Amino acid sequence: MNLTLKVWRQKNAQTAGKFVTYQAEGISPDMSFLEMLDVVNESLIHKNDEPIHFDHDCREGICGMCSLYINGHPHGPKRAITTCQLHMRTFHDGQTITIEPWRAAPFPVIKDLAVDRSAFDRIQQAGGYVSVNTGGVPDANEILIPKVIADEAFNSATCIGCGACVAACKNASAMLFVSAKVSQFALLPQGQPERYSRAQSMVAQMDAEGFGNCTNTGACEAECPKEISLTNISRMNNDYLSAKLFREEHAHENNG
Amino acid sequence: MSLSAKIPEGPLAEKWSKHKFDLKLVNPANKRKYDIIVVGTGLAGASAAASLAELGYNVKAFCFQDSPRRAHSIAAQGGINAAKNYQNDGDSVYRLFYDTIKGGDYRAREANVYRLAEVSVNIIDQCVAQGVPFAREYGGLLDNRSFGGAQVSRTFYARGQTGQQLLLGAYSALNRQIHHGKVKMYTRTEMLDVVVVDGKAEGIITRSLTTGEIDTHTGHAVLLCTGGYGNVFYLSTNAAGSNVTAAWRAHKRGAFFANPCYTQIHPTCIPVTGDHQSKLTLMSESLRNDGRVWAPKTHAIAEQLRKGAIKAAQVGEADRDYFLERKYPSFGNLVPRDVASRNAKEMVDDGRGVGASGVAVFLDFADAITRLGKDAVAAKYGNLFDMYYQITDEDPYSQPMRIYPAVHYTMGGLWVDYNLSTNVPGLYALGECNFSDHGANRLGASALMQGLSDGYFVIPYTLGDYLATIGPKAVDANHPAFAQTKKDVTDYIAKLLALRGTKTVNEYHRDLGHIMWEYCGMARTAEGLTKAKGLIQALRADFWKNAIVLGDNEEVNASLEKAGRVADFLELGELMVDDALMRNESCGGHFRLESQTPEGEALRDDEHFAFVAAWEYTGDNQPEKLNKEALEFEYVHLTQRNYK
Repeated sequence: MNLTLKVWRQKNAQTAGKFVTYQAEGISPDMSFLEMLDVVNESLIHKNDEPIHFDHDCREGICGMCSLYINGHPHGPKRAITTCQLHMRTFHDGQTITIEPWRAAPFPVIKDLAVDRSAFDRIQQAGGYVSVNTGGVPDANEILIPKVIADEAFNSATCIGCGACVAACKNASAMLFVSAKVSQFALLPQGQPERYSRAQSMVAQMDAEGFGNCTNTGACEAECPKEISLTNISRMNNDYLSAKLFREEHAHENNG
Repeated sequence: MSLSAKIPEGPLAEKWSKHKFDLKLVNPANKRKYDIIVVGTGLAGASAAASLAELGYNVKAFCFQDSPRRAHSIAAQGGINAAKNYQNDGDSVYRLFYDTIKGGDYRAREANVYRLAEVSVNIIDQCVAQGVPFAREYGGLLDNRSFGGAQVSRTFYARGQTGQQLLLGAYSALNRQIHHGKVKMYTRTEMLDVVVVDGKAEGIITRSLTTGEIDTHTGHAVLLCTGGYGNVFYLSTNAAGSNVTAAWRAHKRGAFFANPCYTQIHPTCIPVTGDHQSKLTLMSESLRNDGRVWAPKTHAIAEQLRKGAIKAAQVGEADRDYFLERKYPSFGNLVPRDVASRNAKEMVDDGRGVGASGVAVFLDFADAITRLGKDAVAAKYGNLFDMYYQITDEDPYSQPMRIYPAVHYTMGGLWVDYNLSTNVPGLYALGECNFSDHGANRLGASALMQGLSDGYFVIPYTLGDYLATIGPKAVDANHPAFAQTKKDVTDYIAKLLALRGTKTVNEYHRDLGHIMWEYCGMARTAEGLTKAKGLIQALRADFWKNAIVLGDNEEVNASLEKAGRVADFLELGELMVDDALMRNESCGGHFRLESQTPEGEALRDDEHFAFVAAWEYTGDNQPEKLNKEALEFEYVHLTQRNYK
């Protein structure tokens, strides 16, 4: 296959970026999208041109490091997969493919297609945990968890933190990401003691990072490579509102 | 130099308890006077950093990814072993210990492995308390499944994403300590050297992958939790960024590298399709609970399958060879990985391979789908089946998967004693980065167990003993060793950036991978290894003349990062070949064609090779010196492994 790529190139956060057109030639339909970019980069290096920078690591759809806004969709046109799992057989010979970074103010561009997603880490640090130290915990089977609850918590916990939800959202909202973690713990017995303080702390950090609010468009759910559902946002809103109305004091006491 | 593993005296089952009592303690008020450096934030690193910070130490943690949550432990699929015996099927700490020693083909330390089995039960408790959503039964209790090399069900799992869930658990514990200010986290930062002051590790040199800034960090101890070196083969199931650099640079500063040739080739991976491929994808060992491995009985049928003239489903039962079930009736499809891999290779070498390339065998779920129904199979393995479909464009529900072995894990690594200390005081190695617990072959679902055991339950005890011994005096950042090491790093980077040749770094990496896979892969010979050594030396010399490394240091420069890592692989590759050549026996994943039983199984030579090979760096392009640590077995009887 031969393809035309329009790729966003940007030296760093301080400089303006622009689209540059490249030809990708001799591409096999069995290549992954990132392998196609590898081929383009190899040819650029041979010409002493700077390769296109993009984030990637596991290349098996689980680490959440790869991103890319491909033809208007985070992680490309197919549902429920990451860019590294997108294969070139999805495209046709002669097609033009536009590749951009995630575009959201809280995700500044580092270089070309790579953005800084450390805001996500800071939100997790604000409360995305159960406060237990190593050791001194009860036997694992002393905590009974109904299978349906465990499965539902697991579904929320499969979020890979890639940021596609933010990139897809017209408001650059991070509600799907934040609510997935809030939900996981809110569903489980282990998460109950800090349930309401956690929702408040994580939402406060989310707001501080400059993410927008949710207007229930649902683009995040549609584009999420792990199919995290909007129900998580409802659960988080419920806990957040409940905390604001009835449990604020409780939250303050727990913040120490 | 004599190597002491510092294994405590006393009966096997009491060694760890006794040792924990004998270890010195640091009083709570003094803990905050110590700084600990943790490099890598996978299961071992994140759990160690969090646990040490909880104790009160000041921790600086480093990862090259953009977030600690992305370390490659995240990709582990199948599960984590623990001797809970929740299934009432005869499991015990001793049985997990025994299975692990035997699975490792009697090339691991008894005391380490026993401790691993002992703390395995605490790991599950810890993870559940953190909110890790393991699979459950309808009654609310934890579910288990079976893995290779065991006849009990002791593997805990979270669908096909166990590593992800365990890592996110450790990541949450780490986040809590970052929030409390006890861990300072450095992301997109790569460790490029260890600073050794008067024989003790007291710091590291790092490069920021965003600005290129070279920094010095001091610490009373340095913990390397940087994973394995499977990417020396270019194609492996490791992440693109996985590398040996931290461990290798530590090796060049004096830390011994143990058993580098022990490589795990995982039997069930999606086969290679072409030269463009950048990595191989694992299909979890858990699939062998329900999938049956087979190859056609005759060359004629194999030929038709390869040409696509017939489909697998059209091959009748009588024409299929379920070779693992046939050869190993007791363990069947759940033989250990090294055994399963070698048998798949045997089929392919015999001309009975399938798929367009002929380099694959089948993993068939038709029976399981008939027995359990498609929905039940999807509930267990859905994500793996989807992944297979995305990569191959074939539906594994309607036709068998094509699988072939691929490099997955490295049992070798930095030499450590019972306390996880390398031979350089103050420098520790945890998880896959060390060599200690899996011998010559790791059993499935034991990597997660070891990473978390080292981080949560071993290092918090053993490190205290060292810290109490050296005392809380601040590390002197002005010692000339810091400036000198930083200069060495800067000079090395300048040398890489001066390479403006004609061949890309990736091309060198691929060439190295071909050499390693061909001569130091699933079957090794003295002749092949000798040839490989020459080829690697020539390739390395060529790299330092003709490689292209673009750009500058003071910017995001993936080309430079990769060049440094490949340069290290080019050195490590030669050591692996030396080690494989020296070890003139077969054991576990190390298979020398010269040493096999009449049935073609790995044949050990306990009289001459029951030792850990700990290699000592002696200088650039100099032969490394071999140090031996004898392996003594008091509790298990060394026999030929039998899975029949």
